[in-house]
Amino acid sequence: MRDLRVAFPTTRGMTEVVHGISLSVGAEKLGIVGESGSGKSVTARSILKLLPPSARISAEELRFDGIDVLRASEREMRAIRGKRAGLILQDPKFALNPVMTAGAQVAEAWRTHRRGTRKEAAAAAVELLAQVQIRDPGRVAGLYPHELSGGMGQRVMIAMMLAPDPELLIADEPTSALDATVQAEILRLIEDLVSRRGMGLILISHDLPLVSHFCDRVLVMYAGRVVEELRANELSDAKHPYTRGLLNCLPSLLHRKQRLSVLARDPAWER
Amino acid sequence: MTDVAIEIADLRVSLSGTEVVHGVSFAVPKGSNFGLVGESGSGKSTILRTLVGLNVSWSGAMRLGGFELRYHRDKAFFRRCQMVFQDPYGSLHPRQTVDRQLSEPLLIHGLSEVDVRIRRALAEVGLPEALRFRYPHQLSGGQRQRVAIARALIAEPEVLLLDEPTSALDVSVQAEVLNLLADLQRARGLTYVMVTHNLAVVAHLCETIGVMQEGVMVECLSTDDLCAGRARHPHTQALRGLSTELEEAPAWKRGAGGEPA
Repeated sequence: MRDLRVAFPTTRGMTEVVHGISLSVGAEKLGIVGESGSGKSVTARSILKLLPPSARISAEELRFDGIDVLRASEREMRAIRGKRAGLILQDPKFALNPVMTAGAQVAEAWRTHRRGTRKEAAAAAVELLAQVQIRDPGRVAGLYPHELSGGMGQRVMIAMMLAPDPELLIADEPTSALDATVQAEILRLIEDLVSRRGMGLILISHDLPLVSHFCDRVLVMYAGRVVEELRANELSDAKHPYTRGLLNCLPSLLHRKQRLSVLARDPAWER
Repeated sequence: MTDVAIEIADLRVSLSGTEVVHGVSFAVPKGSNFGLVGESGSGKSTILRTLVGLNVSWSGAMRLGGFELRYHRDKAFFRRCQMVFQDPYGSLHPRQTVDRQLSEPLLIHGLSEVDVRIRRALAEVGLPEALRFRYPHQLSGGQRQRVAIARALIAEPEVLLLDEPTSALDVSVQAEVLNLLADLQRARGLTYVMVTHNLAVVAHLCETIGVMQEGVMVECLSTDDLCAGRARHPHTQALRGLSTELEEAPAWKRGAGGEPA
């Protein structure tokens, strides 16, 4: 991806929300961090052209494994979406179909991309649910989303994304709706699956320490631009004042502060 | 002996026939902060909602400033005790201006000098007066939570109940809101009871922390003990471990130990 720009129509004409982003991902774990409205989700979704029709995407280059995403037809895009690049969304409560059982949803994902009989699909679904470490996958396959806990729901989502064996996994705030204990389990699961299957991962989050813990490389976004790119283990050497500010304003159990430092925003960061 | 602002003894709460809080007791001295932590479904928010009168099927005893609370909360109660909810997008009326939302508690309690009080309330939470006649959708998330705090404080309560006040906000905004809460407390001598799942946030603001698991308070300890790793209950230790795990990664440790900015 080179020089990606995304604009949305507003009452005052087109407003550009992503101002020229370049990135490339291989079989590695890339983290994108930023506040709400920094353009991190829009950036990741434009890889799959999953933006509202009113959005205008332009880029010097936007390729997924050689395919020009900007010129690809909807039909070609459908072959990429799900099959070669999976997207995990924030809240399983809204992302799953409430009137289909977990097993049926995973089976549907499997059949859409793999072609097979219903029986094979159902068996594959149970197998996939077992892979995302659901105990008793046979029983869970028969449950509806409202009968699942948040962590279980997210596991089902991940199982659906794994069904077609994608090369790239895009996880958009996969754990922010979950408790801390469950969050750690889900991230460990994603990490394990990614390294075992040799997939690429784009992890989008607002939690800088968390992302740097799980990823190899971190992009810090602010107001539609990448302000800093870091190797995850160099987080403490972050130079940009925004990155430093984000780290400093976190309360901590080990380093207690009388008062939290507040981020002083500099308009120059937006240039 | 210090005055007790809130006292809860053997509180049991049922939601649609199932008991979800199994006999919780704690006391909060006046002017101090008490934090309730736990995972979703541990009953921490339920306790807060029961205290403010949003759940009716409970048993046990709850006292506010020495007064026994009954099943019905009267106006005098809300004069002394107010609540701030998690999501400022949901807790503010979408079709009312900030001015109207702030004047409502004043009308209810029959307070005079509406104009002066609203100006003062906005200034206290650090909002410019230009926002006074805006609607919630014209404000950012942090500004909305400030309006919610201003609305809770405008009738000058003694106790503020905070249900996940920062978890819908970005970390940079979270820091601003936490600082604001600390400043307001110092200025007014407020008592806070705060519910959150974020251990670091609770430890920053509160002196005493109650850890909830499945409707039972498994441990009640001081923040100093928690930070120093003197938690006794395995659940507290597990929560602490998760919270410190990310910080203890070698690279991050060097950065966090650095100078305060």
